[in-house]
Amino acid sequence: MNNGFFLDHIWLIPLFPAAGALLMFLFGKRLANAAVNVICVGSVMTSFVFAGGAVLQLIARPAEDRFVQMILFDWVPAGWMHTAAGHLFYFDVSWGLMLDPLNAVMVMVVTGVGMLIHIYSTGYMAHESGYYRFFGYLNLFMFSMLTLILANNMLLLFVGWEGVGLCSYLLIGFYFLRKSASDAGKKAFIVNRVGDAGFILGLFLTLATLGTINFHQIRPAIAAGHFHVGAPVMTAIALLLFIGATGKSAQIPLYIWLPDAMEGPTPVSALIHAATMVTAGVYMVTRLNAIFQLAPHAMDVIAFVGAGTAIFAASMGLVQNDIKRVLAYSTISQLGYMFLALGVGAFSAGIFHLMTHAFFKALLFLGSGSVIHAMSGEQDMRKMGALFKKIPITAWTFLIATLAISGLPPLAGFFSKDAILGATFKRGLALWIVGWITAGMTAFYMFRLVNMTFFGKSRVSHDVEHHIHESPKSMTIPLMILAFFSIAGGWIGWPPGLGGSDRFTAFLDPVIAHAVEVPGAGEGAEGHSIEYLLMAASVLVALIGIFLARQWYIKRPEVPERIAARSPRAYRLLYRKYYVDEIYDALFVNRTKDLGTALWAFDRTIIDGAGVNGVGWLTRLISRISALWDAWIVDGIVNLSARIVWFAGSLMRFIQTGVFSGYALFIVVGVIALLSYYLHLIHMPVH
Amino acid sequence: MLSISHYLVLSLALFTIGVIGVVTRRNVIIILMSIELILNAVNINLVAFSRLMGSVNGQVFAIFVITDAAAEAAVGLGIIIAFFRNRETVLEDEMDLLKW
Repeated sequence: MNNGFFLDHIWLIPLFPAAGALLMFLFGKRLANAAVNVICVGSVMTSFVFAGGAVLQLIARPAEDRFVQMILFDWVPAGWMHTAAGHLFYFDVSWGLMLDPLNAVMVMVVTGVGMLIHIYSTGYMAHESGYYRFFGYLNLFMFSMLTLILANNMLLLFVGWEGVGLCSYLLIGFYFLRKSASDAGKKAFIVNRVGDAGFILGLFLTLATLGTINFHQIRPAIAAGHFHVGAPVMTAIALLLFIGATGKSAQIPLYIWLPDAMEGPTPVSALIHAATMVTAGVYMVTRLNAIFQLAPHAMDVIAFVGAGTAIFAASMGLVQNDIKRVLAYSTISQLGYMFLALGVGAFSAGIFHLMTHAFFKALLFLGSGSVIHAMSGEQDMRKMGALFKKIPITAWTFLIATLAISGLPPLAGFFSKDAILGATFKRGLALWIVGWITAGMTAFYMFRLVNMTFFGKSRVSHDVEHHIHESPKSMTIPLMILAFFSIAGGWIGWPPGLGGSDRFTAFLDPVIAHAVEVPGAGEGAEGHSIEYLLMAASVLVALIGIFLARQWYIKRPEVPERIAARSPRAYRLLYRKYYVDEIYDALFVNRTKDLGTALWAFDRTIIDGAGVNGVGWLTRLISRISALWDAWIVDGIVNLSARIVWFAGSLMRFIQTGVFSGYALFIVVGVIALLSYYLHLIHMPVH
Repeated sequence: MLSISHYLVLSLALFTIGVIGVVTRRNVIIILMSIELILNAVNINLVAFSRLMGSVNGQVFAIFVITDAAAEAAVGLGIIIAFFRNRETVLEDEMDLLKW
């Protein structure tokens, strides 16, 4: 516990935003916006300071000693268990935080970009209702994301994983009165559930196989377990975990929620759906790279899914007209790049791209938010144009980010993208070609966006025209800071081939297991000529994309329409996003609804019908029989006795004539009869 | 000399007249009067046998019967008057309220 002040207090990093969120949920309604700013932005800034201090102290240590762990408390003391191989182990999950080079990068990205986006939001959300709610959610998100990153075991990571999913849901549906927004939130949440099921199964399988879910024990456990490369159980774990990653990081086939997530406020899109949360899958795969490296088939799957997602999403981005949707598909595409990097074993390149992407994609989203802000809420690029002079700071920073994502040197995107493409080339030409084409498409659709928004002729309606204004300082300053990092953020990974030393890869190296010799990982003798060639190729394709976008969207705007008109079917296929939503609706959503309907019918007919109503019917039958018994037997006996009496009475009635003299006559006759009888008796002995 | 038989015949005649009167007449007052005849027939009988037997018991009974007849006439006439006030009739065959 003597690692220096900040390293001893890494557990405080997630707690500041947690406290901020708690304050917002308890008292936020009564606080003025200024107070909300102080608490929420302040908490993230404090986290950033603590994270920065901790990372500096970590870097100050020798490379092989860059690991700090801190157990806060025993969380799940489960007891003794057996692994699948029969070894006894004590299963015990602690609420523990750790810091090593990998999550040092992540924590800096999350707190840094998060802080900038918090500052930006104070300007962007200033006139929105629910201000405190927004910042409460944002702070809750920061807490969850930092828990995810700093967790020292898979279960605690999963807590953060679900926490960010919840915050994503809450923030996508922030404008919950709008049906599309609340639907998008639900869609994101449900699609993520599918991935989470995979993750949780992977977690269980890891536990059953290795007997531990603590990150720092996984590598020794694998070594102790003598798993060979390609062990089926490792492939299974890797694939299950990757399913979790496809959900959170929007890869095929679970990417569909991310475009809809653009319903949330733009800072949310920047923070959660571009820079931080969606990269959680990349982080998780890298964190568990020791497992993935033992599963080459799973790695192949990841590479193919990544490459497929990259080009698939990019193709959809080519034709979108909503400024945020273009960026959403771009994000999916860039995440595909990251998974391509992971799949070919270039983990540090994936994380490198994650970092640079966080800078320039956050900048792009915030810039688009600034544009939308200036345009009084308009998101359709067809109604923009020629905004460059009117909002110069936004435009310049946006242009820088666009150049960065297009991969032009010496901006950040160039280095990370080049690192990925270089590693991919060593693995296979086909994957490289996909990545290379995607790079061209990226440059094209990004410059299409820029040209449609900032250049060309103005298509802005008159009402909006004179409201256009540059955003306040609270929004432009984060833009400028992010622009700086979009330029310079890649320089720490300056490749040796260009006279750098790639300190980024060296920094991450202790975290990456070298269980397998990654093909071409130890090369160098190959020379730099191929590397130069690849760089030239990617720059060239980016320039082609930029040139085409300039030709089509500034010089000759009729060309894209002509192309769309010439192949309407292809255009519509792209524009309608390959009908994937419709296919999923038909295959899964409606089938699930059918299942619900079938279960409802089962409930209604079997449970209600045969069960409940059957019992009711039986009871009614029994009671009806009982009623018959009562009516005929019990009442019958009573009525019978009454009827007998009645019958007897009706017979006797005839005597009761009511004629007095008749009665008198009877009496007389009776008396005479009795008398004559008794007199006769008396006289008998006389005879 | 009058024998016991003469008295008995007289008594029998009176009794028979009384019974016929009770059975055949409709007017309740006449029925009451006929009952008086029957009672007096009985009285004659009692007194006649009292004389014959030289005992005073029969005459004591006759006094009781006369007392009883007086009470009966009082109560009977009261009932008839009360009835007449309600139904304006004294004919026994119209007294049929209890008939079902």
